[in-house]
Amino acid sequence: MFAAVAVLFFALPLLGIVIRAPWGSVWDIITTTEVRQAVWLSLKCSLAATALSFVFGVPLAWVLAQTRFPGRGAVRALCTMSMVLPPVVGGVALFFALGRRGLVGQYLYSWFGFMLPFTTWGVIVAQTFVAMPFLVLTVEAALRQFDS
Amino acid sequence: MFAATSLTATFNDIKAAFQAAYPYITVTMSYGASSTLATNINNGAPSDVFASADNANMNRITTTGPPTRFARNRLEMIVQPGNPKGISTLADLANSGVLYVTAAAGVPIRTYADQALASAGVTVTPVSLEANVGAIVTKVTSGNADAGIVYRTDVINAGSSATGVLIPDANNVVAEYPIAVPSGSTHPTEANLFINFVLSTAGQNLLISRGFIGK
Repeated sequence: MFAAVAVLFFALPLLGIVIRAPWGSVWDIITTTEVRQAVWLSLKCSLAATALSFVFGVPLAWVLAQTRFPGRGAVRALCTMSMVLPPVVGGVALFFALGRRGLVGQYLYSWFGFMLPFTTWGVIVAQTFVAMPFLVLTVEAALRQFDS
Repeated sequence: MFAATSLTATFNDIKAAFQAAYPYITVTMSYGASSTLATNINNGAPSDVFASADNANMNRITTTGPPTRFARNRLEMIVQPGNPKGISTLADLANSGVLYVTAAAGVPIRTYADQALASAGVTVTPVSLEANVGAIVTKVTSGNADAGIVYRTDVINAGSSATGVLIPDANNVVAEYPIAVPSGSTHPTEANLFINFVLSTAGQNLLISRGFIGK
């Protein structure tokens, strides 16, 4: 019974989008330059963020699953905290760290003349920040299963 | 009470003064881009007073009684403290290496800024489109953007966190702020009391002291 409610809870909003979407003009909308650029950008950034999450997340998941060290729980909590941060807070935090006057960002700018805000790499970094915890937790759980 | 972002500091003052005069009325403020607020009102968000930063967004909603202009504002360029990129004219915004930030389409400051730029024949490509004028100010004061076009009141409000660069009157735009009671309001009497307060000498003085031009 509760399970049925849960399914409805997820189904209704998606149904809402499907029903209310302007299907009549879908082809015209999809083929406009802005939409094509946006879709292409989303695809590029998501793929890059996935790759980064994989390259850095899998080793992290392995360490968390297979090794024991003091503070392991704290490290896991730290690395997955971005999942519970509201997006606005996460965005501000990233600016504080990697913005042009950020903790690390200021050196990126003064040494290399490079800044992350307003660039495609900035988007990729932000997406990785948000997505990697999901990969880490899932992979860690799977690795633990291998042992037992 | 829905009010444009640029009214934040002033309407907080007005709210305090109004509540002192009418202690039995509770005023809850919601600030945001006028375009977003109008959309919310049209989607059924409960609102008793709407103070918009331009007439276009006020005209998107239905009101009880015609809107009244309660304030005006001027535009000013905002740059980092000390103006490190040496911006002195609108044309300088298009210099290479200047990161110019503006608002999304529909937000009043974007409409006004584009008018000012067009009148000076300047084309600039923004590096970011922000949700409201407050976000433009934050991008500049936080050091991530070099320049933006905001309201004079925003430059005054930013104090030492930013430097203002004047826009010549010939290219400047007068922003008109209308106020009205949305037709869905359930407290029209109290809403009109608030509007009358904003239009009164007391309310107008609070606006003028923050840099607005009166009604």
